[in-house]
Order: sequence, then structure tokens, then C-alpha cells
Amino acid sequence: MAALVVLLLALACTGGLYAVFAPAGKAQADETAQSLTIEEGKKLYSVGCASCHGTGGQGTSDGPSLVGVGAAAVDFQVSTGRMPAATSQGAQVPRKKNIYSQAEIDQLAAYIASLGAGPAVPTEQQYGPQGADIAKGGELFRNNCAQCHNFTGKGGALTHGKYAPTLEDVTPKHIYEAMLTGPQNMPSFPDSTLSEQNKKDIIAYLHAVNGEETESPGGLELGGLGPVSEGLFAWVFGLGALIAVAVWVAARTAKAKKS
Amino acid sequence: MSSQDIPEENLPAEQGTAHGAVRVADEKNPFADPGLPPHEHRIQDIDERAAKRSERTVALLFTLSMLATVAFIASYVTIPVDRSVYIFPLGHLSALNFALGMTLGVALFAIGAGAVHWARTLMSDQELADERHPIEAPSEVRAKVMDDFRQGAKESALGRRKLIRNTMFGALALFPLSGVVLLRDLGPLPGTKLRHTLWSKGKLLVNMNTNEPMRPSDIIVGSLTFAKPEGLEEHDHEFQTEIAKAALMLVRIQPDDIKDKRQLEWSHEGIVAYSKICTHVGCPISLYEQQTHHALCPCHQSTFDLADGARVIFGPAGHALPQLRIGVNDEGYLEALGDFDEPVGPAFWERG
Amino acid sequence: MSTTTSTTGTPAADAAGRSRGKAPAGERVADWADGRLGIYSLAKANMRKIFPDHWSFMLGEVCLYSFLIIILTGVYLTLFFHPSMNEVEYHGSYVPLQGQLMSEAYKSTLDISFDVRGGLLIRQIHHWAALVFLAGMFVHMMRVFFTGAFRKPREINWLFGFLLFVLGMFTGFTGYSLPDDLLSGTGIRFMEGAILSVPIVGTYLSFFLFGGEFPGDDFVARFFSIHVLLLPGIMLGLVVAHLILVFYHKHTQFAGPGKTNKNVVGMPLLPVYMAKAGGFFFLVFGVLAAISAIATINPIWALGPYRPDMVSTGAQPDWYMGFSEGLIRVMPGWEINFWGHTLVLGVFIPLLIFPLVLVAIAVYPFIESWVTGDKREHHILDRPRNAPTRTAFGVAWITLYFVLLVGGGNDIWATHFHLSINAITWFVRVAFFVAPVVAFIVTKRICLGLQRRDKDKVLHGRESGIIKRLPHGEFIEVHEPLSQEQLHTLTAHEQYKPVEIGPTVDENGVERKVKATEKLRAKLSKGYYGEDAQIPKPTVEEYKEITSGHGHH
Repeated sequence: MAALVVLLLALACTGGLYAVFAPAGKAQADETAQSLTIEEGKKLYSVGCASCHGTGGQGTSDGPSLVGVGAAAVDFQVSTGRMPAATSQGAQVPRKKNIYSQAEIDQLAAYIASLGAGPAVPTEQQYGPQGADIAKGGELFRNNCAQCHNFTGKGGALTHGKYAPTLEDVTPKHIYEAMLTGPQNMPSFPDSTLSEQNKKDIIAYLHAVNGEETESPGGLELGGLGPVSEGLFAWVFGLGALIAVAVWVAARTAKAKKS
Repeated sequence: MSSQDIPEENLPAEQGTAHGAVRVADEKNPFADPGLPPHEHRIQDIDERAAKRSERTVALLFTLSMLATVAFIASYVTIPVDRSVYIFPLGHLSALNFALGMTLGVALFAIGAGAVHWARTLMSDQELADERHPIEAPSEVRAKVMDDFRQGAKESALGRRKLIRNTMFGALALFPLSGVVLLRDLGPLPGTKLRHTLWSKGKLLVNMNTNEPMRPSDIIVGSLTFAKPEGLEEHDHEFQTEIAKAALMLVRIQPDDIKDKRQLEWSHEGIVAYSKICTHVGCPISLYEQQTHHALCPCHQSTFDLADGARVIFGPAGHALPQLRIGVNDEGYLEALGDFDEPVGPAFWERG
Repeated sequence: MSTTTSTTGTPAADAAGRSRGKAPAGERVADWADGRLGIYSLAKANMRKIFPDHWSFMLGEVCLYSFLIIILTGVYLTLFFHPSMNEVEYHGSYVPLQGQLMSEAYKSTLDISFDVRGGLLIRQIHHWAALVFLAGMFVHMMRVFFTGAFRKPREINWLFGFLLFVLGMFTGFTGYSLPDDLLSGTGIRFMEGAILSVPIVGTYLSFFLFGGEFPGDDFVARFFSIHVLLLPGIMLGLVVAHLILVFYHKHTQFAGPGKTNKNVVGMPLLPVYMAKAGGFFFLVFGVLAAISAIATINPIWALGPYRPDMVSTGAQPDWYMGFSEGLIRVMPGWEINFWGHTLVLGVFIPLLIFPLVLVAIAVYPFIESWVTGDKREHHILDRPRNAPTRTAFGVAWITLYFVLLVGGGNDIWATHFHLSINAITWFVRVAFFVAPVVAFIVTKRICLGLQRRDKDKVLHGRESGIIKRLPHGEFIEVHEPLSQEQLHTLTAHEQYKPVEIGPTVDENGVERKVKATEKLRAKLSKGYYGEDAQIPKPTVEEYKEITSGHGHH
């Protein structure tokens, strides 16, 4: 049970941190607005989430407990479209179109956060590019992330049909939230072991090597998957083109038509 | 018999020999070889204008090659090495690489295309036949060679003077040993090096990311952390060799979920420390699925159950990941309680 | 001799006549060289040497030229590459690696890619050419196999080619390892694990190869000399020998009118093949340069420097090593411990099967020649359908090879086809045994079907697609009879009869012992050439009977 105690302690700490950093006076003024938001969130929850996660977020056989998962988890799961999940899912809940507005997601997040303290939604300050060390991020990425998500975040296979998704066009905020909360089978990387600065570095590195503007100096990236796609390309376009050329070289020249 | 013990009549008749290259319309044998078909002219052979057109095409290709080479040199001189350019559908790429590659490609391809077009349209396309001659020497040559060899062998007296023969073979057989001996200093003997790592009693577990020692509370259930032994720094000369054995993977599992009794004993409040090096061929295994507690190796897909002594549940690995016994020191930091009690990484003959 | 004039009767007088300065400069140079090298006798036999035209005969040239391109670009790369594992801090132009610790080998590869103008292009040509070289050798080898071009007198050249393929694999692997990036280091780590699995000496071999424990400071420098000196040196020698033998044996040709076992029909080396083959070199180089301009290969900057405690998913070797990767991935993890020793079967068995897979195809020509007992020279190529057992064996081998390639890329298959990696692994485990057998049976049947179709075509003519209505109302398709050229081409192949075991009693009536090898050969021969294994080709009598029965237009 010691672990649970420690866990609760850690969660309490996070919540406490939030309380410390949140402007106190403003918080009081916002209290009524806050409770209103939670009310709204609860309504949304009972419609979209309660069938699996239970009416109070305590979890059922169809879905885990949401007590203490925090606002960050809600924001990640719902805005990437993973939640609400389809009733019959495969090995893993896939990313899909998000059906909630950001305001609704915030309301849901506020409600879940009210059930038990958990990681809050990160701010631009936390995941933004300023002050990030790209090279350090690369080293951290190769140590912590590349084993599942590939060198530059193209994704990879896990056991029994599960997979680590591609990180292409995933927003910095969602990457941050995923590291913080460990969605589905992904392990979490809490601030205690992967500091805020570390996370910032990783996000900056990903943007540098897998962003929209990222240059691939040598030309076509071929999916960034390494030797398998390179080998396929060499066979199809390399050897294929050369055989086509060879056919031309060896073919007979057209004969003049007999009159 | 030339074909060992297979009777000649079992071999098919050699085809085509009776007819050679003579063109016959054979009434008796419609399958017989009619010989080479008559040569047909190409347009270029009978129409000088067509031939001129071919000539111009070839010349054009050679000229194109010259232009492309000039363009290659111009690109080399003018385009900065770090200039990026967007080219649809290739994406953002190095302008210099693209320009050099394309111009070089065109320069070379045009030479080849010109030469081949020349050969195909302007050089004679009359098919010719060369005769083949058997590779085997005629029997009189064979007899001569054998005689010469016997003569030479006799004159050398190698067969008669056995002492010379035997000592010569002895000398020739022994001298390569020098070469083998010279390879000895390629590396040290293994000794027990593969059995030990940097871990020892009291060494702190240092977080790979932050380079700080850790407290148990830092590691929450469902998280994944990598650790190295205290004192091992990236700048150390031996870093690569040491981390190849000492790399550690830390996860926290609810003590109730741990099935293996020894694993529970060696853990600290559910925090378990396993070697990160796969026992198959040594890839760093760290694809940890936090819901199933399975860890997958990205190289060959060996799967280990971290909640059950890290035993192998799938794939080519032969034994469980070694576990490091850990505890907490007086200041509350996680520490090792000794080295691994078995060699980490791939199995080897002396492992036992 | 009767036409030579008396003044130039002797060679001395000949030479004197030439040296009077009448001959053009080119000839004088040639004379000079001939006097020292004897080039005229060489040129007499070879200058107008005949080469048959067929696209598949140019596959070998693809290999030869990509090999030359690899050597050219490789020499350029050595001017900038530092084969050293000294740790340095990176401060070059690639921002995402600034300040990272890395080996000099990796740093110099980054510099070649980012700071040497054209360095990236040459690196990419080098690597693309290597992939194409191996692919070309594979296809070339299959062409030779399926057409039976390996038969006497070319068995030794087949072995030379096979050795080139194997050496090419290892040269490629050592080259892939040199940049010391995270992917190549993972490959080396795998190699070290494989060496460790060798019973008794494995640990020692590993320590000697790496100069101590993995990774140590030595392997890049050692692999470098293997990659640029030892293996290419041997390969260059083999390539030269391979080419000399091609010239010496003269090229094979497909059956056809005027083409016999005693001639070779085609175009002369000078000028046609000089232009075509010479031009083809530039075409191959041009295509590879263009590919290197548009597609990146092995972007080592994205992979990061090697650290033994880091890895990326999708870690694969280059394609030609893929089948060995498949073997190692699908093998169950067997391990036996006894008397303080460990037998790592899970790694060692794949390590043994790896050469066996290759040797299986290499020794096939010798097995076939033993079964047929045929000691004659063969210069006319088989159509694959006319050698069903050989073709079936070849397809079975390729099937095995590709099943293992799937196993080697099982993670990429899993993500891109939404499959379970475990299911793919199990599929490969089963298919390893089943798929080649199925492929063998299916291919043999297809070959026999095609043989039957050829027979029909010979006897009944080509289906013209024209439907005719007969006076009594029946519809028939008009069959056009084939020309003699076509008839000859379709019936030119040889058909063997199965070997019988000789009489079991000698002339004195004493029973002799039939050797087991003899029995085996008779059995194999029956499988090759028995009634179920080939369709007897049409005979002239059959043809005449049918054509006259039709009323012979």
C-alpha cells in the first residue's frame, strides 16, 4: 500500500504546486465561474463518458477510473479524438476526429480534475520553443521515446497489434500531455523523472526533425522508416529503371516496313 | 565412358547440329532449324534522311551532356552548401544536392543514351554468328600435358625422396601459425569481464535524463525511467563499454501485481530495476507497455513480462532479463544492493 | 598465303615496311604496344566477338557498373571519412546535434553530408549503388539459374558469381556499420550477440574482433580496412575472373532459328557492343545519380550517434541482410544450460541456417549435373518451363528467401498493414516450412501446363481469335499453323529420360550390391524426368499426322 500512499502524495504535490502558482486572488473571484464550468463538464460527462467510466468517474469493467488522472489526460484523450472510444475497439484506441469544442473539453477536464488532483493542462510557457535545447532533446528522445516512436517519431509496432503512433502533426501540447499522463500503454514520464525542461527539449527536437518545415537534405524521405523502405525503393525504382533501360538497349530497332 | 555410367541413349540427342546455319525449308522435318532469318533493313539503312535525323538526335544528346556538365560546375560554384529549397513533390531538400545530382545524372545519362541510340540506329544491325569450339582440349593435347607433368614430377624426385617431401610439407604447414599467433593481440582474453558491471553495493541509481539520484517517490506507477550507476559520466572514456552492460530500466508495479516472489523481494516498494540490455543479442529493450507490464525488444521482438520476473513470453530471447536488487540509503535515495547476480546481455558459452 | 606479295613475306620485312612512317599515329602506338603486350592476338579473337542481344543478358552489366560506381564514389568518400572511434563534441552545421558527443567516424560522416559540397550526393550514390548492386546480383543470379546457364562449362563461373554475391553482402554490411550511427551500431551489437552464441570460441572471437568488450574503440577502424581493402580486393579479382570466363566461354543464347549449341549469334563487340555496353555504364551511373538527387538514403543525422543503451524501433539491416534478420526474429528462444555452459540455440541455429540458405542455391548446379549425368557443354538456354523441377526448386528458394524477408521486416509490416507482430512472426514460422513446398508443387504444375500449351501450339497452331462457322452450323476457332522458325524454337529443347539402375547381376550372374547413391540418383532422376515431371515434346510424326488429318491446306 506504500506505493499508493506515495502516489497520492505525488498527486497532492502536483495539485499543491498548481495552487501555489495559480494567482490566489483571481482564483477566488473565479470560483463561481469554476464551479459552473464543472457543472457543465459533468453534464457532458454523463452523456459521453459515463457509460464506460461510471457515473462518478469511478470506472467500470469497460473503462478505467478517472479519479486523479487530471485535466491533462482529459485534454489529450478528448482533443485527439481517442475518447470517447468506439464500443468495439481493436488492440488500441486510435486517433480520430475530435467531436468536442475546446470549451467543452475544458469543461470536461475541469470536472474530471475536480474528482481528484492530477496533472493540469500544460501552458504554452511549458511546451513552447523558447529556451529549449534541441540537441539535448534529441538525446532524450533517443533514450526515452525512439524505441517505440522511431528516430524521428514516425511510429512503430508494439505487441499483438498495438502500436506507437506517428508523432507527425501532433501538437506540442498533446505531446507534452502524453509524456505527462502516459495514455493507454504508453508509460508516463512525470516531471520527477523527466523534468519540465526535458520535455520542452524533446518537443523542440521533434519539431526540428519532424516538423512541416523540416528539411530532408538528401531528397525524398521514403517514410523515414530506414532500410526497409530504402530497399523497396532500390528494387522498384533503382533496379526497375535500370531494367527498363536495359530492355531499350537490347531491343531490336524497328525495321523498315516491307513495301 | 564420358558420362559416367549413364548409357548414351538416355541422353537426348544434341539439337541443331545436323543443320548448322543453313536455311532450309525442310519437308521431312518441319521442326528442323531453318537457319538465320534474312536481314531486314531499318529505316535508317534505306532512308538517308532518317539516318540524318538519328545523327542529329545523337549529337543533341551529347551536346545536352556537355551543357549538363557546365551546369554541374555552375551549381557547385554558386549554390551554398546549406541552401534549402522546396521542390514538389519531393519536399524541402538541399538545393546543392539536388542540382548536382540532377545535372550529373543528365550529363551521364545523355552520354549513354547517345551512344546506345547511335548503336541501335546507325551501326550495322546485321546479326553475325561466331563458331564455338569445345573447351576441352583434344586428346593428344591432354596426353602431351600428362606426359610433361609426369616427366616434371619424375625429375623433381619428389615421390622418391620422401624426406624432402615430408619436411617440406611440414614447413609449409607450420609457417601460417606465425600469422595466427600474430592475431593474438587483437584483443584481451574475456576473463570474467562479461560477468561484472559497474553496479555494486551502495551505488546510487542516477536518472539518465536529469543526471540526478532518485527517491522512490519520483517513480510513479506506470512510468518508465532509465538509470545509470553513480559516477559514470558521458565524457568518461569507458562510458560506451560500461553503459552497454550497466544500463537500467526502472518501472513501478503495484506490489500486489508482482507475481514473482524473488522479484518482489529485490524491488523497493514495487520499484523494480531490470537490465535494459536484451538477453537475446543485446539491443536496449525498453518498449514498456504500462497496462500489460510487457516489455518488447524493438530489434527482434522478444517480449518480457516485467510483472513476472521479466521472463520471456514471446520471441527469440532465451532467458529472463537480469534484475538488480535495489533499496534506499540513509538519505532516502535509491541505491543498488550489489551487482547483478548473473551476466547481463546476450548469452555466451561460458555463461552457464 | 597465295595472295601475299613476296615483299612482305616475313615478319621482319613487315615491320620494316611499317616503320617507314607511312602508318598513321594510332597504328604506330598499337604496333608499339603489340610488340610488348601481344595485343593483336588478343584483339583478333575479341575485337569482333559476338554478343547476343537480350535484356536479361545485361543484368550482369548492371552489377558490374554499379560495382565500378561504388569503387569510384568509395574512393572519394575515404578522402573525407575518419575511421576512428575517438569521442568528439560536435560543432558542425547540423543544429539538432550541436554539442553532442559522438565518434569521429560519425562526425566525419556528418561533415561529408553537410559541409563537403557534393559530399552528400556521393554518399547517396555510394549507398544507392550498393543496394542496386546487390539487387542486380540477385536478379542476375536468378536469370542464370532459371535459364540453366550454370551448366557445363559455366559451373565455376556460377560459383564466382555466387561468391561475389556473398562477399557483396558482407562488404555492404561492413560499410553500413562504418558511420557509427544509432542504426548501424544496433546492427553491430546484433552481430556481437551472434558471435557470442558460437559454442566454445564465441566469447574469444568477440573479444578479438572488438578488441575487448563491446563496443570498445576498435571496430570502426577494423571494419574500415575490411570494407575498403580486404573484401573489395577479393571482389575485384573475382569480377575480373568472372569477366574473363564470360569472354572465354562466349555468351549463352536462347534457342531460335540459326542458333545452335555450336555457334553464338548476335552483334560484334566493335562497334555495336562497345557502344551499347559502354553507353550502358553511363546510363546506369546517370540513373543512380538522379536517384541520389531525389531520394535520401540512410540519413544518419536523423539517427543520432551510437549509444549502446539507445535504440529506435524499426531497426533493420539493408535489404540483402534482411533474410538473416528474418531468421533471427522468428527463431524460438531455445537455450540449453549444462555443466556450467550455455548453448544459445536461439541465436546459433539461425547463424547456421544463414549460410545453408545461400549454399542451397550455390550447390544446385552440381546436384543437377549429378542427377542428369550429362557431361556435355550447354550453350543454348532453357526456357524455365522446360526444366520444371529446376524452376520449381528455384521458385521454392525465392519463396523461402522472401518469407524470411517478411520476417525481417515484421514490425514495418505490422504498422503498415495493421497486423499483429506476433501473428506475423507465427505466420513466418509456419510459412518457412510450408511455403517453399507449396511453391514447388504449384510451380511445377504451372510449368507442365505451359509445356502442354506449347505442345498444342506446335501441333494445332496458334489461336487466331477468328471464329468461323462451318456449313453444318458448328463454330470453330481458326488455328493458324506456325512457321518453321516458331516450330523449331518451340521444339528445340532437350528432354532427358530418367536414369535406370543398371542390371543388378553382372555377366557372371553374381549379384552386385546396388549402392545407395545409385538408388537415390535413380529416384531423383525419376522425379526430374519421369512421366509426371515433363510433357513429351511433339514429334515430327505426330505433327505430320495431325496436319495431314486437317487436310493440310
